[in-house]
Amino acid sequence: MGRGQDWGRGCAVRRAVPAGPLWSCRAVLGEGHQRTVRRVAWSPCGNYLASASFDATTCIWKKQEDGFECITTLEGHENEVKSVAWAPSGTLLATCSRDKSVWVWEVDEEEEYECVSVLNSHTQDVKHVVWHPNQELLASASYDDTVKLYREEEDDWVCCATLEGHQSTVWSVAFDCSGERLASCSDDRTVRVWQRYRPGNQHGVACSGAEPTWKCVCNLSGYHTRTIYDVAWCHLTGALATACGDDAIRVFEEGTGGTEQEPSFSLAAHHLCVWRALVTLHCSASVLSTSVEAEPSLRKRPRVSFSRHMSLMARAVFPVSFLE
Amino acid sequence: QAMDQDKALEVYDIIRTIRDPEKPNTLEELEVVTENCVEVQEIGEDEYLVIIRFTPTVPHCSLATLIGLCLRIKLQRCLPFRHKLEIYITEGTHSTEEDINKQINDKERVAAAMENPNLREIVEQCVTEPD
Repeated sequence: MGRGQDWGRGCAVRRAVPAGPLWSCRAVLGEGHQRTVRRVAWSPCGNYLASASFDATTCIWKKQEDGFECITTLEGHENEVKSVAWAPSGTLLATCSRDKSVWVWEVDEEEEYECVSVLNSHTQDVKHVVWHPNQELLASASYDDTVKLYREEEDDWVCCATLEGHQSTVWSVAFDCSGERLASCSDDRTVRVWQRYRPGNQHGVACSGAEPTWKCVCNLSGYHTRTIYDVAWCHLTGALATACGDDAIRVFEEGTGGTEQEPSFSLAAHHLCVWRALVTLHCSASVLSTSVEAEPSLRKRPRVSFSRHMSLMARAVFPVSFLE
Repeated sequence: QAMDQDKALEVYDIIRTIRDPEKPNTLEELEVVTENCVEVQEIGEDEYLVIIRFTPTVPHCSLATLIGLCLRIKLQRCLPFRHKLEIYITEGTHSTEEDINKQINDKERVAAAMENPNLREIVEQCVTEPD
């Protein structure tokens, strides 16, 4: 999102040319939408492309020999569609909108799309939807400061969990490769990592009936100086990357010092931001919010200080190592 | 952090001539913005954080968001130096100030609003300098 730039009205599809490193533009799909195209998503099989637009529709494009054809337009949202995502199975699609709803769509072998659920759990705009890597579980990020999870129950979709903790709009979420963890990023300038606990778990985490509980096990605070718009969790290396309004990309890696219940994420020293030191933060599961104020500076070494109420606990619970 | 007074004046010079969406006056004339309502801090090499706190004349939600939109759009177009912008309603002047502040600082909401032809037209009329 650049300064003074208009987001484009078309989708440009670029396909890699195998012979070399050059990318060529294979198609420009300029007729599908009347307003900004906000998100695009490839189907798992690669033959379809979904595009979500501020014009309140979602187009489904099918790959042809000489380009892409819009085979259907999903309508129903009352205003801007912010995101679209395909489930790994390829038969389900989710969309979300400023109209506060999340829609789940099913597609059959005849390429017929049907809305199977309209979920009105959020109280404000829904910014992003993401599917679980291997289960039919859906996550949504919202302007109402929460993350919600949904699954199918007896022919309908229900909201099975609400993750509260962020102090402002949640812009994005990402599951790790196992699907037992979720990362969320927010306008509150933090990234939270949530862990799934099943009923009867050994860690004493209470669950409501048969429903798993998601608990915040890590709060990465003090690294970002503006809104965090996106977070991505690498399924290969476990690294977390963030996109921030302060013009920097940050990469976090999980250190060996933590445990599953108290993961320790550290800012990788080699990323493009100006940190010259590695700050390791251990987040205790027993404290819901942690705050390590690390002063970002372009020229000087970052200083790390604790907010007053944390200083007493700092020695016992929050070892911080400052390496160069 | 030290305030950059020159830059703040530069910002104020741009916003003071914005016209109120309802009345035939500028924001300066109506005291919606004043010199003191602009804060500029250096946050990097040639990059500045600009914070504006404006006071709407009436406690009307839609007008407040509209003024916020005008401020953002005009500065986006006219401010020559690299900046990050935060716009807030002066505390205590509005019943739903938190809601309004959140809206006018959400860049996706702002972008979508500017694609609305009616809103866009009003904003253009407010920010365009008279010949």
